[in-house]
Amino acid sequence: MSPIIETQKLTHIYSKGTPFEHLALDGVDFSVDPGEFVAVIGQTGSGKSTLIQHLNGLLQPDSGKVLFNGQDIWSSKAFNNSIRFKVGLVFQYPEYQLFEETVFKDISFGPRNMGLSPSEIEERVYEAAGFVGLTEDQLAKSPFDLSGGGKRRAAIAGVIAMRPEVLILDEPTAGLDPMGSRNLMENIRAYHRENNAAVILVTHNMEEAARQANRLTVLSGGKIVMDGTPEKVFDNMEALEKMRLDTPEITQVFSCLRRMGFDVPQSVYTVEQAKSVLLDGKWGLGNA
Amino acid sequence: MLKDITLGQYFPGDTAIHRLDPRVKIVLTVEYIVLLFLAKWFFSYGLILLFLVCSAITAHIGAKTLMSGFKPLIIIIIVTAVLNILYTPGEPLVSFWKISITKEGISTAFFMVLRILLLVCGTFLLTYTTSPIRLTDGMESLLKPLKKIKVPVHELAMMMSIALRFIPTLIEETDKIISAQKARGADFTSGNIIRRAKALVPILVPLFVSAFRRADELATAMECRCYNNGENRTKLNVLVVKRADYAAIAVGVVLLAGTLIFRHYGL
Ligand SMILES: Nc1ncnc2c1ncn2[C@@H]1O[C@H](COP(=O)(O)OP(=O)(O)OP(=O)(O)O)[C@@H](O)[C@H]1O
Ligand SMILES: [Mg+2]
Repeated sequence: MSPIIETQKLTHIYSKGTPFEHLALDGVDFSVDPGEFVAVIGQTGSGKSTLIQHLNGLLQPDSGKVLFNGQDIWSSKAFNNSIRFKVGLVFQYPEYQLFEETVFKDISFGPRNMGLSPSEIEERVYEAAGFVGLTEDQLAKSPFDLSGGGKRRAAIAGVIAMRPEVLILDEPTAGLDPMGSRNLMENIRAYHRENNAAVILVTHNMEEAARQANRLTVLSGGKIVMDGTPEKVFDNMEALEKMRLDTPEITQVFSCLRRMGFDVPQSVYTVEQAKSVLLDGKWGLGNA
Repeated sequence: MLKDITLGQYFPGDTAIHRLDPRVKIVLTVEYIVLLFLAKWFFSYGLILLFLVCSAITAHIGAKTLMSGFKPLIIIIIVTAVLNILYTPGEPLVSFWKISITKEGISTAFFMVLRILLLVCGTFLLTYTTSPIRLTDGMESLLKPLKKIKVPVHELAMMMSIALRFIPTLIEETDKIISAQKARGADFTSGNIIRRAKALVPILVPLFVSAFRRADELATAMECRCYNNGENRTKLNVLVVKRADYAAIAVGVVLLAGTLIFRHYGL
């Protein structure tokens, strides 16, 4: 399958030519297939936010290319403008971008910019609100009257309403309560499933990355240092720790068990997996 | 992007000029500005230019950086030059129709432009080499005598340092909001003036909301730490005049004397 979005030798330098010059991305080759769910992890300052802002053309590469369906997104101005609607980007703390009088109007900002008809806009707003679990009541309110979590949902709906083929989220659950986080992740999964959209999730939460993604990409110092299935990535516990990253807690528990002499598998990274492994019963934990 | 605006920006460094006491730098800058207005002819301007160039070299500030401040002023500079050339009475050099260009006009225009450029370079050199915090510390200390006549010097300095402190934050915030709205397809660059003004709403509303939120949080934080208006407060970084500062003052005196002497002889 050919990737829906791809970067080739992507390099980004902030404040080029000043004393504050900073190489944020260094020859990154990153690609995502249609319908894939990829998590991007990496310590703070590793270049995750910089990378995703390249994917919808908000930043321009200092060298290298970004391709959407094989076409360079900087090849023409018209194509570049249309990319914003095909690759939806939800920023870190997106609730600070709300500005309209009502939540409904705010969510419709994207579709309005796409030049859709009023009936189409309305349909999309209700659909997007449905995905993130906003009620009709809430749609009529001022966005500033919603709770923190409600604002976050409204802001995410504002991007989903454009029905992007690639949905990128920068730490969407930061600062939400556990229940709210889980809920929101389920909403995003639903969008992923029903529209067969590719999702790129930037996160610091290893459990979340392990549970949601088919593939993990690890950034460090502006370079991709690991890339593969969660099993493969979390197998390198030492390498991850060197980059000041964790493995999921349950994986750590299992590696402890191994050290204590139990012959449990190493590649356990969700609680559900752990449960089924333990209930298999052949590890003899009960009579240890 | 907005980040690239250098107006009043500080370039951290560790040169003799960076380390000078901010009070000395402020006084020298004021002296420099006054002298610019007293200067008459090539010699006095040359002396002032020499002072500027030496300071810039010592501070490791390149000519390109120093001159980056001119860009927003180009129109003012051109208008000044044209008006001076056209409206200075004197011995006409060329004249056509009702307009005549005089010798005096050209020389006035030349010195006027030179004066503006030197003025900009000098003040920028101050902000390039002095962090906003030290700058306000210096101002506060210089203005202290005004406390006697009940001018709230400390409060003013505090407000100024808070404002300066939040300029980069607000610029960063604006950048972020612009990016977020662009990601939703906002277009700030096409259409007529009214359309463009309307396009600013999605930026300004969140920006004001966040500025007020920040102000509110800061006020709460200050109150939680029992901030009071500067009674008996001591400073973390006490300003002390060192040997280098005396040397800088000496240079300032020489500059002053030199320019005044040149002026006296009309040079
Ligand atoms: N606008 C900017 N100007 C200058 N430097 C920047 C800018 N934005 C980011 N940087 C720098 O680029 C590097 C990468 O930043 P980036 O925001 O991509 O990191 P991140 O991986 O998203 O971090 P976090 O997990 O904290 O969000 C950092 O060192 C940061 O200081
Ligand atoms: Mg980030």
